[in-house]
Order: sequence, then structure tokens, then C-alpha cells
Amino acid sequence: METYYKPSDLPKFPDVGKDAPELAKKFFSYYQAVFAEGALTEREKSLIALAVAHAVQCPYCIDAYTQACLEKGSNMEEMTEALHVSVAIRGGASLVHGVQMRNTAEKISM
Amino acid sequence: MRPVAFETFITESGHRLERGRATALQVNMGLACNLSCGHCHLSAGPGRKEMMSAGTAIEVARYFRRGGFDSLDITGGAPEMNPNLPGLIEVAAVDAAKIIVRSNLLLLPLRPALVELFRGHRVEITASLPSLSPAQAEAQRGPGFFERFIGAMKYLNGQGYGVEGSGLALNLAVNPVGAFLHSSQSEMETRFRRELARKHGVSFNRLLAFTNVPLGRFGQWLESSGNHAGYLNKLAGLYNRCALEGAMCRYQVSVNWEGYLFDCDFNLAQGLYSGGERIHVSQMENAPEPGAPIAMGDHCYACAAGSGFTCGGAVTG
Repeated sequence: METYYKPSDLPKFPDVGKDAPELAKKFFSYYQAVFAEGALTEREKSLIALAVAHAVQCPYCIDAYTQACLEKGSNMEEMTEALHVSVAIRGGASLVHGVQMRNTAEKISM
Repeated sequence: MRPVAFETFITESGHRLERGRATALQVNMGLACNLSCGHCHLSAGPGRKEMMSAGTAIEVARYFRRGGFDSLDITGGAPEMNPNLPGLIEVAAVDAAKIIVRSNLLLLPLRPALVELFRGHRVEITASLPSLSPAQAEAQRGPGFFERFIGAMKYLNGQGYGVEGSGLALNLAVNPVGAFLHSSQSEMETRFRRELARKHGVSFNRLLAFTNVPLGRFGQWLESSGNHAGYLNKLAGLYNRCALEGAMCRYQVSVNWEGYLFDCDFNLAQGLYSGGERIHVSQMENAPEPGAPIAMGDHCYACAAGSGFTCGGAVTG
């Protein structure tokens, strides 16, 4: 079945650098540095990445960071809670805009 | 698509797998077990009747002395279920610098005399705990496992095991709950130590993150879940010559419940005899010579991935 997203495409990620190798080199170097242990552990960063992956709804990222979380020792309870953080922020972001709705409604209503 | 055969792979890489000095004798006392773990490369379980006899255990202890081994590494199945375990420990303790028993712990609180014997001979216990999550641990090891395991840890801590300064080592072995590999053993050890202390008030000495070997029940699960080729490719992609050099088969001899010799417990599971010959422990004069060939199969990819088993056990990629 034809689809835009194929799991077999994920390993082709580095191919995006073929026509702009210097930019790709900078990006992947930065990316690697971001996920290296720092003030946060690699495991904590993978959980953040998993949550963000759901927020931006990137199937490649969800696949990659589900595996990364498990490899780094996170369990399904932790991963599901991370997902709910993403859901709460997305939902909260919509809900808090209700303030704009109320402001507008109040302005034009008697 | 599966990777090429392991033997072909390392030959093409220009590497060799051959014996170093054998310092450990690993004894598989049988396949009878109180659990049927999903990752078991031997498909051990309550239905298995294979058990090492007293006579074979004596031959094993004699070979341990003849071979000049340093450590005796006892595994199963559940070795605690074998009535000849205490006798083997008593006899081998005379010569052994170290004795290790690999256990799922659940039976030990029911066998205080055995634990007392362990204490007396400073036997190291290596206990399998796949996850801090009860649900994930039980997905691999069966319902009710987690609470009983923690109870057993509390009992052993009470006996001095896993308590700093006691000289009684309780180590944890962590196998992934599925077709993936753990990456950071040190971080995992820190977290397990903190969480087990915080939530359950129990302690241990060291944590070893191991790789699941695609044999037995785990191999069957890989096949049935469509993960087999992907898992082998993942292992092959993490091939590390350093891990190969530290592979356990280079430094140990493995004996099955009948007393026949293998290069490791995984070859034992596959029926790949040491040196390609069916040799009984009673027929062996010495430990295998350094440089002797090692029998190989595709399961060897597991020990050569990342940091393998003996470079600490974690996968470094």
C-alpha cells in the first residue's frame, strides 16, 4: 500500500544532507550534543523527546524514541505519563485560548 | 532479511573467536524451574524434568579441581530446585575462589537452610529483575512475580545479602522486556538502586544489563511476533570487536545437567558441543587450551553486540 510514511524510510534520514552537507553536518552534530548526557540524563532527554514527538505527531520520532526510551530503561508507565504531559500541554494550550474567546465575547456583548 | 551467519560475519571482518584461559566453570543444574520466563533461552519451566544427578554433580566438582578453575557459576532453570545443589557447593567451596548462584529469588525465602549455606561460603547471588515496573516484569516472568521478588530481596537483605560491608553480594541482572537492548548500565544501576530503596526499602550490590539471546522461548517469541530478523540485524549492527574479545565463551566452560561440555550456556541451549564433540566432564583432564576453537551460531551476535556480557553487560553502540 502506498503511504507517505514508511518505517523503512527512517534510516534514510541522513540522506537529507546529500545536497547541503555542511548544514546537515551542523544539524546532526548539534542534535547529537543535545541528546548527550548533561544536566539531564540521556534517559530523561529521551522521555522529553517522546513527549514532543507526540506533540508534533512525527511517526518517525515516535518510533525512534519509543525504542530509545525502552533501551535506556524507561518503562511503559513513565512513557505513558510523558505522553500525557504532551497531551495536557496541547489540550491546555487550546483551553487557555478560551480566555481570548471570553475577552472577545465580552467586548462585543451587552 | 537476516544478517549473514555469525561465523561468516566475523571471518569477513578479519576477526577470530577462540579460547583464552578458562577461569570459570558454569554448571547448568537442570531445566526445572518455578517460572516460565519469556526471555529464557533454555525454555526452562515447571514442566521440565531435566535435573543434574548427585553422581554428575560429584564429577563436576572433581573437574572443577582438575581444571584449576577459579570460579564456579551455577545456573539453571532454578538451581535451588535441585537437591544436589548444597552438596556441590560444599565440595567445590574447598577449591573455589568464588561461587555464584543465578536465581530468580522466589524460592530462597522458603529455603533458609540453603541461604545459610550460601552465607557460610560467601556465595554470590545474581538475581534476575527485568524492570522496575511490576507490569513489565510480570510480562516477562509471570503474574505475581514482582511482589514476591521484592519480598525475597527484603528477606535476603535481612540475611546480610546486598547490604554494604557484609561481604555477601546480591547482584541484579536486567534483561530487556522485548526485542530491544539496554544502553546505559551505569544509569540503570543508579536508578534501580534509588527506586528500589525509595519505594521498597531494598538494596543490592551491582547491576548487570544483559542482552536477550535469540534462542529457546525468547527465540520463539521473536519468530511469532515478527521481530526475529529485525532483532538479529539490530545485534549485528551493534557488533563490537571488544565485546567479542570479552565474550564469556573464551573464559569459561559450561556443563549441562547430564555432564556434557559446552563453550557457554547459549551453545548448551543450542546443543553445540565444545570442540564439536560430545565430551563428558568425567573424560576431561584439564580446562580447554587457550587458542582452542569455539562453536558458533547466529545467537553469538548477542554476546558480540555493544558491550556484550562480560564488558559489564551494557550496550554502548
